[in-house]
Amino acid sequence: MSEQSGNPGGAARTRLGVAKTYKLFVGGKFPRSESGRVYEVTDTRGNWLANAPLGSRKDARDAVVAARKAFGPWSGATAYNRGQILYRIAEMLEGRREQFTAEVAAAEGLSKAKAAARVDAAIDRWVWYAGWSDKITQVAGGANPVAGPYFNLSTPEPTGVVAVLAPQESSLLGLVSVLAPVIVGGNTAVVVASERAPLPALSLAEVLATSDLPGGVVNVLSGRTAEIAAPLAAHSDVNAIDLAGADADLAKELETAAADNLKRVLRPADATSDWSADPGVKRMLAFTETKTVWHPVGV
Amino acid sequence: MSPMFEYAPAPESRAVVDIAPSYGLFVDGEFREAAGGKSFKTVSPSTEEVLAEVAHAGAEDVDAAVAAARRAFASWSALPGAERAKYLFRIARIIQERSRELAVLETLDNGKPIRETRDADLPLVAAHFFYHAGWADKLAHAGYGPDPRPLGVAAQVIPWNFPLMMLAWKVAPALACGNTVVLKPAETTPLSALFFADVCRQAGLPKGVVNILTGDGSTGAALVAHEGVDKVAFTGSTAVGKQIARTVAGSAKKLTLELGGKGANIVFDDAPVDQAVEGIVNGIYFNQGQVCCAGSRLLVQESVQDELLEALRRRLSTLRVGDPLDKNTDVGAINSAEQLARITELADSGEAEGAERWSPACELPERGFWFAPTVFTNVTQAHRIAREEIFGPVLSVLSFRTPDEAVAKANNSQYGLSAGVWTEKGSRILAMAGRLRAGVVWANTFNKFDPTSPFGGYRESGFGREGGRHGLEAYLDV
Repeated sequence: MSEQSGNPGGAARTRLGVAKTYKLFVGGKFPRSESGRVYEVTDTRGNWLANAPLGSRKDARDAVVAARKAFGPWSGATAYNRGQILYRIAEMLEGRREQFTAEVAAAEGLSKAKAAARVDAAIDRWVWYAGWSDKITQVAGGANPVAGPYFNLSTPEPTGVVAVLAPQESSLLGLVSVLAPVIVGGNTAVVVASERAPLPALSLAEVLATSDLPGGVVNVLSGRTAEIAAPLAAHSDVNAIDLAGADADLAKELETAAADNLKRVLRPADATSDWSADPGVKRMLAFTETKTVWHPVGV
Repeated sequence: MSPMFEYAPAPESRAVVDIAPSYGLFVDGEFREAAGGKSFKTVSPSTEEVLAEVAHAGAEDVDAAVAAARRAFASWSALPGAERAKYLFRIARIIQERSRELAVLETLDNGKPIRETRDADLPLVAAHFFYHAGWADKLAHAGYGPDPRPLGVAAQVIPWNFPLMMLAWKVAPALACGNTVVLKPAETTPLSALFFADVCRQAGLPKGVVNILTGDGSTGAALVAHEGVDKVAFTGSTAVGKQIARTVAGSAKKLTLELGGKGANIVFDDAPVDQAVEGIVNGIYFNQGQVCCAGSRLLVQESVQDELLEALRRRLSTLRVGDPLDKNTDVGAINSAEQLARITELADSGEAEGAERWSPACELPERGFWFAPTVFTNVTQAHRIAREEIFGPVLSVLSFRTPDEAVAKANNSQYGLSAGVWTEKGSRILAMAGRLRAGVVWANTFNKFDPTSPFGGYRESGFGREGGRHGLEAYLDV
């Protein structure tokens, strides 16, 4: 989407397209990397698409601060409210379907029809998770019949700040498939976009920013996955990490670092993950804690 | 202070339990010596009497036990759930039949009062097997898909504070889900696990389904690192839990950890004082405070602090510390010299850092490992005794003015295992329960456990749950 020629039917004049400056998304704002670095993003044939911010360790830390600040209000919002906001994300994405189709086609080397199908699936995935916000508690929680005069109830609660390494291959559908289950239950996220194909993720941030999603609930960083993931895996104010976008060696290194504050770790599935499959509830439950409350029963 | 009632000694008989002079490892359905021929002694913490000599498993024994569990896995996991269930029901019934024997044994090896092993540990052990027995043929209805599969061989490492109960929490769900296990009991409390091996024999459990390796930390480290295990479950200290998490990183082993805690027990000004005092005492002096979910930090609303502390001191003066086998004993022995040294060091740091120390007058026995129930007041959040897990009968008292302050102080911890709330106001209970970052919240009660009730922590108290429908996930390939 960096360049567009206008007026295709006219012979005499061409219009120079307005290229977009891709930026990070942190705390609801769109900063450049504090490092001042960018890197070249190309399509699958090597053609230049755009420069993306080459995020740094400091960007990662800033994003964690923003995610922590957003956690209280977002986890405290009603499930109905969170569901409506996720649905709003689908609405906003639907409105920019053409843009994302072009970006995904360029990022993944797909035909327009195939790219459009993936964008549609990504939109539908937001709708699917929107509906989960006020159901997961009933599915995953419940009353426990303890052997004594006690009321006893188990409820899933969000884990906290989750670092999400987005899948490397599936730039939008894969990203949405790992991000939506993290935030629907009240977690906040620091997303590391696909290293090779970050543009759909950075554009998704523009959708998130216009969907009533409070700033800081989702923060999107682009750059070298290993460079940004290392400080996130070692960060004491990150509660969990989804390693979907890490290869085996990096995953082992990050899981080892994550042990320092006992982050919840979701290991990467094999590289051939089919993001179009029914996601199930596993990803939502990987980032919830079960809280059990007891109270005596009596008059 | 109210005068202590005089009680005649009422010791439980040791005759119900017959401890052999030495025990081997339980591998593939039989007892055997450790391959390296090493052994160690287990002592009674209340007298320092040597109870038995037990084998010390090394790497070769770990290999043998994992191999036995692997061989047994094929047929055990292929057994219809209803048949696995019947083995577990048998085990539950045999434990009920032998519960007095096992309670006395546990008290001897652990040092905890017979009142607790008899009324809490053993009933919960039997209940845990009975509950999970019923799951074995109902896993398709547990919310993990139509045909959830077991993981394989489970490596389980358990602590010394509730030896047989922790065994039950690990073994019962593992077997119900179709896994086989290699379990390592704690170094200082190996005996009840070895008696459990005999329960398995009586139940006719196929050989290799349960293997017991006694040893020390090196045995546990070798077991969790073994390439032949598919699942690691650990209950113990946060430091060791982190080491285990590093060990399994990059492997396919599924991991659950139940680790330390620094539970806040929050008392509001409208709470009934006597009930709250009972809850505080149960929260921190139950099992000599050697409980991961102990209410080791008392947060009391400033307006009732003096009244509550006076009532607490009065109550503590009636606690009976001494012979764990005496049915009147409330507080028994600390489990080991090492643990006593740790408690002593941390309590001394409390004094050194400026907190005010108090214990009721009580005579401690000359032999054995003992620590008087202790209360620290004038504790700040920066004090080590407010931050570090003491794992002993030591209560740190802090105060608060508003619910917000109570929540902030309660959550100001690396841990997140348990919390308590005492108030008569229902809406306040629910608001507090929602804001406390802890896996278990006891409102107007404390230290209650049940096999149907999921247990486990937030943050550095570990991950995964034990008990209830939730606990099955740890032993299923889902």
